[in-house]
Amino acid sequence: MKILVTIKQVPDTATQVKIGGDGKQIDTAGITWIVSPYDEFAVEEALRIKEKRGQGEVVAVSLGPDRVKEALRSALAMGCDRAIHVNDPALAGADTLTTARVLAAVVKQEAPGLVLCGRQAIDDDMGAVGAQMAEVLGWPCASWIMEETIDGDGKTVKVGRQVEGGLEIFELPLPAVLSAQKGINEPRYPTLKGIMGAKKKEIKDLKASDLGVTAVTPELSISALEALPARPPGRIIPGEVKDSVKELVRALREDAKAI
Amino acid sequence: MAGAFWCLVEDDRKGQPKKVMAEVLGEATRLGGPVEAVWLTDKASDDGLKQLGAWGAKKVWLLENAGLAPYRGEVWVPPVAELVAKENPKAILAPVTSRQREFMARLAAKLGVGLSADSVALAMNGDALVATRPIYAGKLLSKVTWAKQPWMATLRPNVFKPADSQAGASAGVERLSLTIPGAQMKFVERREEASTGLPELTEAEIVLSGGRGMKGPENYVILEELGGIIGAAVGASRAAVDAGWRPHRFQIGQTGRTISPKLYMGFGVSGAIQHLAGMRTSKIIVAVNKDPEAPIFKIADYGIVGDLFEVVPELTNEFKKLLEK
Repeated sequence: MKILVTIKQVPDTATQVKIGGDGKQIDTAGITWIVSPYDEFAVEEALRIKEKRGQGEVVAVSLGPDRVKEALRSALAMGCDRAIHVNDPALAGADTLTTARVLAAVVKQEAPGLVLCGRQAIDDDMGAVGAQMAEVLGWPCASWIMEETIDGDGKTVKVGRQVEGGLEIFELPLPAVLSAQKGINEPRYPTLKGIMGAKKKEIKDLKASDLGVTAVTPELSISALEALPARPPGRIIPGEVKDSVKELVRALREDAKAI
Repeated sequence: MAGAFWCLVEDDRKGQPKKVMAEVLGEATRLGGPVEAVWLTDKASDDGLKQLGAWGAKKVWLLENAGLAPYRGEVWVPPVAELVAKENPKAILAPVTSRQREFMARLAAKLGVGLSADSVALAMNGDALVATRPIYAGKLLSKVTWAKQPWMATLRPNVFKPADSQAGASAGVERLSLTIPGAQMKFVERREEASTGLPELTEAEIVLSGGRGMKGPENYVILEELGGIIGAAVGASRAAVDAGWRPHRFQIGQTGRTISPKLYMGFGVSGAIQHLAGMRTSKIIVAVNKDPEAPIFKIADYGIVGDLFEVVPELTNEFKKLLEK
């Protein structure tokens, strides 16, 4: 079975982000980039499916500028067989829907049996692309999955979707789109051999025109980025535990009216 | 009606809208309305319909059909898209919940419009809606606008001011007979989590969170005891979840749940950026940590530098006394 995994390169959580000169984007100077953690769960799950079935191919796909090659190399180092890089300045302002349309076009070209993605990317936290890709493709989709089992002949997949208060188990016909939630697996670290091998693996470059996608005005645009409003300074309550707890409870009740 | 603010109803799967709908309906009213609710369910109760009216819905579009439960995007999207085409709402709002999060994304793709996910503020700027949403682990806020209507947005629970329940207000109910497509996805079963008897993390007004300072899984019982007294949910930091002390569903933070309670209390939580991403919009933040340098004190409204194993039992006692009064 061919499995396509969509990944996004994002700033490392610990990286300082600063608002750029135009006030609408961040200043990317000095940022450490990583593969969005949820996408690593998706890559890991795809590799496990391939290993369990003893055959198949895992293709990593990403959209973005030149630096995104690094993220694709990481996916290849983990064990993906090859990668596709949609690298087109015309797509620089892509919103989730444009991204979903571009990725769906890649899916149509590649015709995989399954598409895996992370539940959301940790930069803009939209969490929309997987479901939107499924809608564009007309495929069934299950979001926030905690487990999956593909049947022997690769026709259906049984998944557990995390919902409030439990898991909902569904059986989906393949092809389908699944988005991975944390807890589904523990992503592997690339081995030295994997890292060396990744250098020889293919990364195919595509433009929007190769996919029959025309860059369109985004449906959702950022009009401004803002720093967080400062929280009022806090108060450390000193004293013996008994006294400080008493004062805390009083303050929560009477000053903050929080309880 | 054309130009209405639609609010998609999240219910308790037993015929009652969840209380987060008071926030969504309240916000739609504040934005100028007219406010209409759209409810897809296998079973709506009369009480539930009345409640939507009391929270400000002037009309309820009701799609009641056994095929709508449990939620499947492929089943929900076509009838709602059909209704949108007929009624031309100005905006479609929904709370962030497991199903609305996916449904709204799919519906936006079907309609070809933008979606602002996990919004924390909405405001009219002239004739245009502007949404505010946290990005980059909540380190920045982004203001977003739409190219066209309907403006679609999901709203973070516990952030928007809930509508007061107006006992006299009622909504006209229009029962729809739209075609529900057959499902490719087959529902197998629902596995309930072992209940802690405490509120759900994302819905709770008070959340207690235990970090690495809890020292082990066996100690969360002291937080659960305190939670039982004050009606709080109990969560955990990533460090505690990664150590295997708590199941992942209890994780608060960037790779866990995002919460915004009235009161957050962190015990032995250091306050790593990825934890702050999941709780920094909490209204009141309390931190208890032995380490006076712990970053969580920087965003805390109240802090106690001390041993949580002394502080928590004392808190439980004090709250017991207070709430018995």
